[in-house]
Amino acid sequence: MTWADIDAQVQPYLKRAEPFVRRWMHWLLWALVTVPVLALVAMYPLGMLGANPIREAEHFTGEWALRLLACSLAVSPIIKLTRWGFLITERRFLGLAAFYWTILHLSMYIGLDMYFDVHDIVEDVTKHLYITVGMLGFLLMVPLAITSTKGWIRRMGGKKWNALHRLVFVSAIAGCVHYIWGVKKDVEEPIMYAAVFVVLFAFRIFWRRGSTGARATARAA
Amino acid sequence: MLIRRPDDILSSAITPESVYLNRRSFVGAAGTLALGAALSPRALQALQATGGQQLKPTSEADATSYNNYYEFGTGKDEPQDQAKNFRTKPWTVSVEGLVKTPKRFALDDLLKGLPLQDRIYRHRCVEAWSMVIPWQGVQLKDIVAKCEPLSSAKFVEFTTLLDPNQMPGQKRDVLPWPYKEAIRLDEAMNPLALLVTGMYGKPLPNQNGAPLKLVVPWKYGFKGAKSIVKIRFTDSQPHTTWNDVRASEYGFYANVNPTVDHPRWSQAKERPIGAFLKQATLMFNGYGDQVASMYAGMDLRKFY
Repeated sequence: MTWADIDAQVQPYLKRAEPFVRRWMHWLLWALVTVPVLALVAMYPLGMLGANPIREAEHFTGEWALRLLACSLAVSPIIKLTRWGFLITERRFLGLAAFYWTILHLSMYIGLDMYFDVHDIVEDVTKHLYITVGMLGFLLMVPLAITSTKGWIRRMGGKKWNALHRLVFVSAIAGCVHYIWGVKKDVEEPIMYAAVFVVLFAFRIFWRRGSTGARATARAA
Repeated sequence: MLIRRPDDILSSAITPESVYLNRRSFVGAAGTLALGAALSPRALQALQATGGQQLKPTSEADATSYNNYYEFGTGKDEPQDQAKNFRTKPWTVSVEGLVKTPKRFALDDLLKGLPLQDRIYRHRCVEAWSMVIPWQGVQLKDIVAKCEPLSSAKFVEFTTLLDPNQMPGQKRDVLPWPYKEAIRLDEAMNPLALLVTGMYGKPLPNQNGAPLKLVVPWKYGFKGAKSIVKIRFTDSQPHTTWNDVRASEYGFYANVNPTVDHPRWSQAKERPIGAFLKQATLMFNGYGDQVASMYAGMDLRKFY
């Protein structure tokens, strides 16, 4: 069975699903982005953050930042597979959501873990490589968030804008490395996160190499 | 074994909130009374062991639900659940190595005749969090005496049970099993060193290392081997688990030292479980008066 065969078989189902996806996807994604915040807020008084709630909240926000980053990187492959071009707006939505969750993660660290102690934070960022890498991952997201508006896309031009936004891959790698280097010994969970990103990256590499005529469309990735 | 259901707690066993809220003055008054009148040698002993300072124990719920015990999972909340059905009876401890005669003790025989100690100790994890735990146990030096080590013995090694069927964490190779820890013999003879069988006035919960756990409060928590089945005396420094796994991060001595950082985080401060703010970490976890002399002349940056 070739790729075209699979595609032909799947198309009717995609056709049927499309109206629902068009109608509900954005709301679902809004829920995906906001429900965890509400859950986090609710978990604290319920004691569900355990004996060390600050550490737990730090991990919780960090994991969601990575999850949403993975979701935003999954949009382009999904569009390629489904040809649902209308989903492209969700890529920016999810990218920004990942950025806000990263800010939340960083706020937990700066406010609750370090208590705004500038000396401690500077020492931590400069001395401990996993913190340095995490901070780098965040900083690289800042220009992407700033240029995420339609105005900026127009001003920069698609080519330049796409080139700049490839920084998101560096950010994702930094996020994974930050997580892997941060855990004490058991890397199983961070490796699973990294594996998801590897799949998302592999898809793009495969796509670029595999289809000769797809160069232009691959740019969108 | 302790399975907590709401019904298990009699209302009469619950401290009234007013007493709980005023526990500092209550404990303080009790301490003054004990010191002044020397009515209770055990309370006095507990006070001395903390340098006369009143320590407020961590909530029992936190101390029994936030555990590093990789044999029962690497998540802190996992041991409470995974160790529920761990069998601690019967329990045998074998004494091996440089001793007059290698022996196997039933746990009760090992502890028989030894005076029970009540000690409220600071507990400092290498991960920069801390607790205060009221332990019950025996002095390690009494156990050492019972083992009758030869004069050539310089170190004591403690081995945790190896039983992947009961300890599901041992089915994954996150650490080389069984877990091993060791200290110098003079450290073992220090009056602060305990082998504990209880905490908070109750039998030691499974997730905290039942039935027998090493407590050396001036060292990072990972030195305190749990569910000990073997005590071995040697003349050379034994291999220890975390030191073998990552020597740059976990030293053999592992004395609490705010001036020597873990390569990945600072050890200058600690987060007391149950408190909002961090506090400064004390040299030797605050037990310098009792232990510092053992390390006189040693470069603690090198022997971290």
